[in-house]
Amino acid sequence: MPVRQRETPFGLPRPETPHGEIVILEERCKGCGFCIEYCPHGVLITAKKYNAKGYHPPEIVKAELCVDCGYTYEPPKAGEKP
Amino acid sequence: MKADPKGVLTGSHYIDGDFACCEGALAAGCRFIAGYPITPSTEVVERFARRAPLVDGALFIQMEDELAASITLQGAVWAGKKAMTVTSGPGFSLMMEHIGLAAMTETPCVFVDVQRGGPSTGLPTLPSQADMMQARWGSHGDYEIIALSPNSPQETFDLTIEAFNLSEQYRVPVMFMMDECVGHMMERVVIPTADKIEITPRRFTKLPPGEYLPFKPGEDLVPDMFKAGDGYRLHVTGLTHDYRGYPAMTPEVQEQLVHRLVNKIRLNAPKIWRYEETGVEDADVVIVTYGITSRVAGEAIDIARKKGIKVGMLRLIVVWPFPEQRIFELASQGKAIVVAEMNYGQVFYEADRSARGKAPVVLAGHGGGTVHNIEDIVKKIEEAHKCRS
Amino acid sequence: MSILKELQKASLSPTAGLTGPDKHPMDDFLRMDRMPHIWCSTCGIGVSVNCFAKALEKLGTPLDDVVVVSGIGCTGRVAGYVKVDSFHTTHGRAIPFATGMKLANPKLKVIVFSGDGDIIAIGGNHFINAARRNIDITVICLNNFNYAMTGGQVAATTPEGAILSTSPYGNFETPFNLPFLAESVGAVYVARWTSLHVYNQTNSMVEAMKKPGFSFIEIVAPCPTIFERQQKMGDGLDRLRWYCENSEIQTDPKTKDANIGLRDKMIVGKFVDIERPTYLDAMNAHYQERLGPKYKVYEG
Repeated sequence: MPVRQRETPFGLPRPETPHGEIVILEERCKGCGFCIEYCPHGVLITAKKYNAKGYHPPEIVKAELCVDCGYTYEPPKAGEKP
Repeated sequence: MKADPKGVLTGSHYIDGDFACCEGALAAGCRFIAGYPITPSTEVVERFARRAPLVDGALFIQMEDELAASITLQGAVWAGKKAMTVTSGPGFSLMMEHIGLAAMTETPCVFVDVQRGGPSTGLPTLPSQADMMQARWGSHGDYEIIALSPNSPQETFDLTIEAFNLSEQYRVPVMFMMDECVGHMMERVVIPTADKIEITPRRFTKLPPGEYLPFKPGEDLVPDMFKAGDGYRLHVTGLTHDYRGYPAMTPEVQEQLVHRLVNKIRLNAPKIWRYEETGVEDADVVIVTYGITSRVAGEAIDIARKKGIKVGMLRLIVVWPFPEQRIFELASQGKAIVVAEMNYGQVFYEADRSARGKAPVVLAGHGGGTVHNIEDIVKKIEEAHKCRS
Repeated sequence: MSILKELQKASLSPTAGLTGPDKHPMDDFLRMDRMPHIWCSTCGIGVSVNCFAKALEKLGTPLDDVVVVSGIGCTGRVAGYVKVDSFHTTHGRAIPFATGMKLANPKLKVIVFSGDGDIIAIGGNHFINAARRNIDITVICLNNFNYAMTGGQVAATTPEGAILSTSPYGNFETPFNLPFLAESVGAVYVARWTSLHVYNQTNSMVEAMKKPGFSFIEIVAPCPTIFERQQKMGDGLDRLRWYCENSEIQTDPKTKDANIGLRDKMIVGKFVDIERPTYLDAMNAHYQERLGPKYKVYEG
């Protein structure tokens, strides 16, 4: 039986999923494609445009799905300065 | 700055040249030797291995080969210590790449070469003076070094301190060219108290991180130094680099850097030259010599003077940079020059070049294995005297 | 203005023409005035430098006490891009330089970051002796199976059958098994990861740097411009996918099984994690025993 999102075990509040704000430094991209390949939620795709060095930087297509997994950059622990 | 008394073995000792070299290094503040055993220099490191645990802050490590020894000491220098390595002919050949690295990165350090018969394995237990040109030109590329040559254990002690002082002052690797005879002969060595020994401290920069440029030269063409761990966060490389130490491989930077490395010694040469002259003022023939050969030449001079030839001696203490100006002066005064050295002609070519044809220059050389026969030197003196007239 | 001039103007600064803020959190660790770096797109070295920066952050050692020493080669260029006291020494001799530095000032944290040819071929003698002595340094060896900087020559780690410029008919020599070699000469910490395993790499680096003694991490990295291209294995991303399929993380792997074949599965993980007194600890203990109160403990 599918679990509906409203119902949670023991009546506890729904756990919060982390969310990340993605910043792409396009001019530094080397077009390796690792971030696009290994994003667990397919947030990025290869852009059609080029940066100054001729590489295709990534482009954000599903920003709301980013869960701050840390593959692209691991955030500091809570309480530390970013 | 005065020497640190912990390293100074004050007193009158009966030791050989190798031991005197080790004591000189300790007196000069050397606290790190990375060595590899090779006859006839092994005694220097044997002595240091025995002394180091009892001198605060001194450490000896026997590395796996001369290649490792010659670069381990540079790591120690960049961590802030004065360091030295000791070798002989075959090991000296192995160290050449790292002598070049020391010259390029301007690392102050001392390389002791106790010369033995060569080439290749040669005569391990017998002397020669056949590495003199190698000390100057051994590594690839354009660079300049300073080379010293003592002729007695006492002078070995004094000149080792001088070698460290020169290396710190000019930020250059200094070649300490002994020979097996001076290394293994035992004579009286008087070591004074620490407050009578002058040592040159490392010229650490006074500028804070951010302002200091590691390869920007001062007025004497020598930059100030830093050490790892002080917060400077700088990069040192053997590639051609700019003032910041960053690789910049262009002809302009090559000109700026390498020309300065060469000029550092060439333009400061008059301050570095050191030689000892005896009986040169009225001489018709001057023997130019260094190391153990100078002691044999002294005898030859007495014999020649008795025969009526006025001979003097110019003993090189600093062999590189070569005192070409003085040789030219002597040659211009019409004095013939005999170069007595234990090889088939090395410093001879320098003297010949420096004389610029003003006077005959004759080589009194032989292949090593033993010191010169006095009669051979006397014969050469007579030959030079004849050439002159 | 022509397109070329616009592109040139845009590429003058590494932070030109951005769509967001122009600073990356890792910028304090890198020599930003030397960016962009020389490494190729999809090369594994940049990934490892990233992991190294992360590892240093996790380790917490003040960066003023960290020294990076490297040799010659593509991986050897790492020293030039990290903003710590860094030394770019001669080919194969990073380890003895690091030895001298660590012994002269034991407070420094010295890391050797160099390539496979540099560390184990020309530098092989120094590697085995430093491991034997258990000098307290961390050696990160980036293994891309060839001498990349000089154009792709066969190396001591090249798998059998690989085609490279000095083995144009395929390599017939048996390569080194680096974890096996490191364990046999006494390294106290031996691990192997690939460029795919970024979190494992970072954690391994932290463990290795924390551990006193000679720690060795081999990182199998793609070399898209040379090794992968010559073997027709695609680019770095294809190679990472290949690592995903063909590398097996074992929890207690044995080094003698850690050989790497050209198209075989490879074992990654932490091979060795033992305790042994470091060179300086052994030296101090020994001299205290032999010389008694005359000996003052060496602290640098």
